[in-house]
Amino acid sequence: MASRKIVLTFPKDKIDKPIVFKLIKDFNLSFNIMKASITPDQEGHMVLELDGDKSEIDRGIKHLKDEGVKVEPLSKEIRVDWNKCTQCSACVSICPTGALYVKDRKTMAVDFDAEKCIACELCIRPCPPRAIKVHF
Amino acid sequence: MAKTIKEINEKIKQGKAVVVNAEEIIEIVAKKGLAQAAKEVDVVTTGTFGPMCSSGAYFNFGHTKPKLKAGGGTALLNNVPAYTGWAAVDLYIGATAATVDDPLNKIHPGEFAYGGGHVIEELVAGKDVRLQVEAYGTDCYPRKHLDTWININDLNEALLFNSRNAYQNYNVAVNLSDRTIYTYLGTLKPKLGNANYCSAGQLSPLLNDPYYKTLGIGTRIWLGGGTGYIVWQGTQHNPHAPRLDNGVPKRPAGTLALIGDLKQMDPKWIKGVSFVGYGVSLNVGIGIPIPILNEEILKYTAVKDEDIVAAIVDYSDAYPNGKPEVLGEVDYKTVKSGQIEVKGKKVPTSGISSYKRALEIANDLKDQIKKGKFLLTEKVADLPVGDSAPKFKPLKERPIKEGK
Repeated sequence: MASRKIVLTFPKDKIDKPIVFKLIKDFNLSFNIMKASITPDQEGHMVLELDGDKSEIDRGIKHLKDEGVKVEPLSKEIRVDWNKCTQCSACVSICPTGALYVKDRKTMAVDFDAEKCIACELCIRPCPPRAIKVHF
Repeated sequence: MAKTIKEINEKIKQGKAVVVNAEEIIEIVAKKGLAQAAKEVDVVTTGTFGPMCSSGAYFNFGHTKPKLKAGGGTALLNNVPAYTGWAAVDLYIGATAATVDDPLNKIHPGEFAYGGGHVIEELVAGKDVRLQVEAYGTDCYPRKHLDTWININDLNEALLFNSRNAYQNYNVAVNLSDRTIYTYLGTLKPKLGNANYCSAGQLSPLLNDPYYKTLGIGTRIWLGGGTGYIVWQGTQHNPHAPRLDNGVPKRPAGTLALIGDLKQMDPKWIKGVSFVGYGVSLNVGIGIPIPILNEEILKYTAVKDEDIVAAIVDYSDAYPNGKPEVLGEVDYKTVKSGQIEVKGKKVPTSGISSYKRALEIANDLKDQIKKGKFLLTEKVADLPVGDSAPKFKPLKERPIKEGK
């Protein structure tokens, strides 16, 4: 089993076609939609985390490309500027996946586990020193 | 057995003082007992680092040629309004002041990316800050416009002056409503989605000297990485809050007004912060040494998170509408465990005040005292406490009708 995070861009003539659905049906992949947006008469964007057999993931991505969808690896990532962070933990109860967490309840030190982050950006604004940034 | 501050200072000067932080003292008392610990320990250091909105800075930027009087006019620092209603070239900038063209909460919740707190941080960091003054001009102060860079190193005096800091205990904020709310205690998710607290608990200065027996007006403190002083009780000082048997108030109680030399401070400890939907504030680092004069004082400093209780308050209704009801009480050990229970629901917690940074402050103060660089002071006057202390009152509104 393999896992891959990808960013899809749908040209405007494709947004009404059931393209992503075939990833399940034809390639036995499961996916978690991390973000999706479609602007009328414009492009559609979707961030997916694909899970499944590695060769099926490759085939699934080829299918998307054949359908005219632009596929890029997810390069958006959340980074914490530890020089700006005041270690208050305001982000911890906001983060839905536990990626921002208190790693030691004695020192109350805050840490970030990038593996768990789904780049939902909910933490960005509640951070008082604005120490969390999105990088593309 | 009892010690005096003078005796403790002699030991500090000789490098012989036994100094521990307010976390370490807990274990020492548990191991050695109160009597022995009081004999051995000379000073317990406390600390806190969190947003303190009633903070600000004043400074004298020096006269221009020809002279200018900002008083009665307007002044901006990096586009943030400063208070000019003083003599010619003195200004005060408050932590919560918003940038003049900030959209505020017009599109709710506002970002509040920059404001007074950030200006103060940049001054402390030694960055150049743009000063714009519009004055009306007088015979003795003819100049009407000024637009210049200023730097803290060139200012005559620059002081942090905070009218209310170091709150003795604080509410744990939750949200019972069905929409996200944006408060000075952070973003609160609907239907008890999270609970935010704001106290250093067992490290917090006023929770370690709950009746203000050692600290008072004139006490020298660690402020923003430099030296400061307690100048008065803070505004809204309320020693009448209900207390536990150990003296710890269960509601927000005592406060401090503080002053210190901005030029000595460090931007790590004087930090502008933004609360989405609420506004700008300033994180202030404060450390207060407590001289262990006797067993009673020591007992107070040995207070533990589990012995400090705070009220859980709904910030969607009770707080904004000034209703007294609380949803329950909870101790800081539980709060800091990451989860509390409110109305039968498990609610994840977040700190707004930083315990980790509070401990760094207590340790820095400890090191300075151990090295003989920081001497203790006798207070000049007591902070109000007991029945004679003034009551903290809400406004008695007397509305003015049109045409009267």
